[in-house]
Amino acid sequence: MISFQHYLILSTIIFGIGLYGVLSRRNAIAVLMSIELMLNAVNINFIAISKYVVSGPVIGQLFAIFVIVVAAAEVAVGLALIVSIFRQKKSVNLNDFNLLKW
Amino acid sequence: MNIADLVFIAIAGIIILASLGVVISRNIIHSALLLIVSFLGVAAIYFQLNAAFLGLVQIMIYAGAISVLIIFAIMLVADQDLSKSNPSDKKGAVIGVIVAGLFTFLVSISIASSKWPGLVNNILENPIEILAELLMGDFVVAFEVAAILLLVAIVGAIMIAKGADDKK
Repeated sequence: MISFQHYLILSTIIFGIGLYGVLSRRNAIAVLMSIELMLNAVNINFIAISKYVVSGPVIGQLFAIFVIVVAAAEVAVGLALIVSIFRQKKSVNLNDFNLLKW
Repeated sequence: MNIADLVFIAIAGIIILASLGVVISRNIIHSALLLIVSFLGVAAIYFQLNAAFLGLVQIMIYAGAISVLIIFAIMLVADQDLSKSNPSDKKGAVIGVIVAGLFTFLVSISIASSKWPGLVNNILENPIEILAELLMGDFVVAFEVAAILLLVAIVGAIMIAKGADDKK
């Protein structure tokens, strides 16, 4: 029988995969995609909690909506930054983004 | 084991395999396309959790809009040779395996060993109606702030991507 814990473990695994992607990938767009995976894992947690823990209104689903809104804003600004940096550096490799290093 | 459990296991397997493909694939276009598969699987999990509205939002916003945005950005910044467009860092990969593996292991162990008292199984009659009442009632300020955030993000994204025009 699938229970609350299975959803939590599924979302933990997805979050772990996203964490690995953020730490290991060197393409900036791939890092953004890994962050999207992590946000999806968080949303699964919110919705599972709104079904299994909170008795009453669907607060968890409401929070998931706000997470989706913020994720959409984040990915739009992040991709615009990457495109803008690409114009200057001709690269999307994070190792080349060293303007603030000295 | 009933049919719902089998569906959950199948969806979870698809999501995990697609997510692994996203972070392992050498070709960034393959990563982006597998990311869409992963988003659709997460939408199926939402449907299973009685969150039909969230599932539709997930399909429209993530699988529809965000993935198209990512693919357009890849097209704008792509090199000629896409097969090595997504390099991985040796040191970063080792650190990533250690950190992510340790995180997943420890959190899974603590989830499995917790007691979880007082779990309920909410099956709401009409969750969309309750959601709408909350959005337009108690959380109306957050709703408006989210609208302003999206507007500012869109205008800001256009300005950043276009580049400031200093000549005027």
